[in-house]
Amino acid sequence: MPRMLSYGAALAEALMQEMERDPAVYLIGQGVNSPWYVGNSTKGILERFGPERVIDTPVAENAETGIAIGSAMCGMKPVVIHPRMDFCLLALEQIVSQAANWSYMFDGQVSVPVCIRPIINRGGEQAAQHSQALHAHYAHIPGLKVVMPATARDAKGLLIAAIRDPNPVVFIDDRWLYAVEGDVPEEPFAEEIGVAKVLREGKDLSIVAVSYLVQESLKAADQLAAQGISAEVLDVRTVRPLDERTILESLARTGRMVVADSGWSMCGVSAEIAALAAGPGFGYLRAPVERVTLPPCPAPMCKPHEEAYFPRARHVVAAALRVAGVKAARPT
Amino acid sequence: MLFHDEMIDPFQACQAFASASAVDADLQVRLYTLMLKCRRAEERAAELAETREVGCPVHLYLGQEAVSAGVCTALKTEDQVFGTHRSHGHFLCKGGGLRPLFAELLGKATGCARGRGGSMHLIDTSCGIPGTTPIVAASIPMAAGAALANKMKKNGLVAVAFFGDGATEEGVFHETMVMAAIWDLPVVFICENNFYASHLPLKDRRKRDNLADAGKPYSIPSARIDGNNVLEVHRYARAAVEHARSGRGPSFLECRTYRWRGHVGPAWEWNLGIRKREEVEEWLARCPIRALEQQLLAQKLMREEDMTALRQKIDEEIEDALAFARQSPYPAMDTLLRHVYVER
Repeated sequence: MPRMLSYGAALAEALMQEMERDPAVYLIGQGVNSPWYVGNSTKGILERFGPERVIDTPVAENAETGIAIGSAMCGMKPVVIHPRMDFCLLALEQIVSQAANWSYMFDGQVSVPVCIRPIINRGGEQAAQHSQALHAHYAHIPGLKVVMPATARDAKGLLIAAIRDPNPVVFIDDRWLYAVEGDVPEEPFAEEIGVAKVLREGKDLSIVAVSYLVQESLKAADQLAAQGISAEVLDVRTVRPLDERTILESLARTGRMVVADSGWSMCGVSAEIAALAAGPGFGYLRAPVERVTLPPCPAPMCKPHEEAYFPRARHVVAAALRVAGVKAARPT
Repeated sequence: MLFHDEMIDPFQACQAFASASAVDADLQVRLYTLMLKCRRAEERAAELAETREVGCPVHLYLGQEAVSAGVCTALKTEDQVFGTHRSHGHFLCKGGGLRPLFAELLGKATGCARGRGGSMHLIDTSCGIPGTTPIVAASIPMAAGAALANKMKKNGLVAVAFFGDGATEEGVFHETMVMAAIWDLPVVFICENNFYASHLPLKDRRKRDNLADAGKPYSIPSARIDGNNVLEVHRYARAAVEHARSGRGPSFLECRTYRWRGHVGPAWEWNLGIRKREEVEEWLARCPIRALEQQLLAQKLMREEDMTALRQKIDEEIEDALAFARQSPYPAMDTLLRHVYVER
């Protein structure tokens, strides 16, 4: 009997159970106590654990992140929430120069077990500075792990893994996924970081997708099936470390690949996955790799432009048809 | 709108305390020993930098020794100190060893960071040094974070952030002050005002000579002290640490001192047009070690020959550390990719 839970509620359940299990775990960030900043993902946690472990901070991204990092060096396990990824840019020094380097720089003598949660929050005519998906920044950095769950089950299992990991983990959730429901076990469980998963098997082509585009790609696969094309959908789940083996195995089965990523193409996660196909996967390729990404411009504001800007299932379908060698009309 | 109570200033009592209570004799000798150890170690490091035997960037602390000695002797071993690129003094005064220091300067596997950090990344977790970083002001929030951990764990420990005058210009310094104050974190902010950020003097970076006011907008008790007077530094640091340990929150000390050599490397830099020779000589005349030496002699706590013997002993320790460093291996080549992540 499946236990259906929304992605947002799964996040809250993971936090609640980890804070219950380990007194070193605490929440810190702007709006962790706000009714709207973080969706329903911290619901009920303040009431359960009180303000000592659910710390709503002044408007100071870099220092709040640095404070979390300093506390992590001294035995705590903070979860830092940046309700908008755009604002997390102000904390990059602490994340990139400090948290990511500390283990290497001191040869493993200090661990920084911090979980940083910059939330992608876009659409709704929020324009260029309230829409950015900047996960590629973090994926570039040795020393960081970057996790992007696409399902309700992973929202819980990967958040628990991110909190338990002894390294800095950037856990990136997308508000567009919060309402997605799935079967989520009630007991605490940790998924393995760095493992991709085939969500739907297929034989004609592989759709390698990240974050909300996994959900769009599943819809795309249905539409492709109606046209007689069997698409495999692979959920990347972790962009660093990238599960190269699972991606290559899928490519070996199908010989064709569409990469669907919700960031930009230039130096993006999709470029890295395409490079994998062009390198070790070259012998499997029977068609050029197609990428579905954001157009090379900042996020627009007005609704019609937003409709054209953010990739959806139809964009994935169009790319898949091109890869499959099927002539198709441009996406409508 | 309800605000917090008025702040309690631990430094108000300090003036009276300073005149009434002498720092005890043993501690004075210890302060002298620590400062001399820093001085001699760095003079040796400067020579090694000159001959390029030390290849990593070396930011010398010569002239500022009273600050680290005065503050670290006010701390317990487990209290955490967070330092900067200029942290040889913090490392040695908090309990770091000469051997791991010199081995680290030479990039050897036996160094405190096992040859991964060099001069700017010193660490000894066994005596409260979680690591130093050269990104200006970056360790200030980390010290506050250590203080938050201490507060949450109720372990009674205090964290100290050492930083220079330049760091007070960084946004993250002010951000940290906001939170340290509002959460009453057990942290002490030690600003070592040596009047230069790299090449640029304080007067070209600040409208008024009012660094000691830095804590005031946040209701953090603040004081300006003579950073070349190790007994004064110690007394104020003790007051600040007790204030933090008793749960009253952070405080801020501007310790006015001077860096004798250039920003980085062994050069004196008096011909670069950065600062006048007279300015440097004025500060050389205010050497913190010589000042204490004279007091120790006057109080008959040490004799000239005790000092000579002490210096010899320290120099021997330094030569031993250097020999140890020289004969140590570099990290093995197969460790290049090790510990990008902590394995556990």
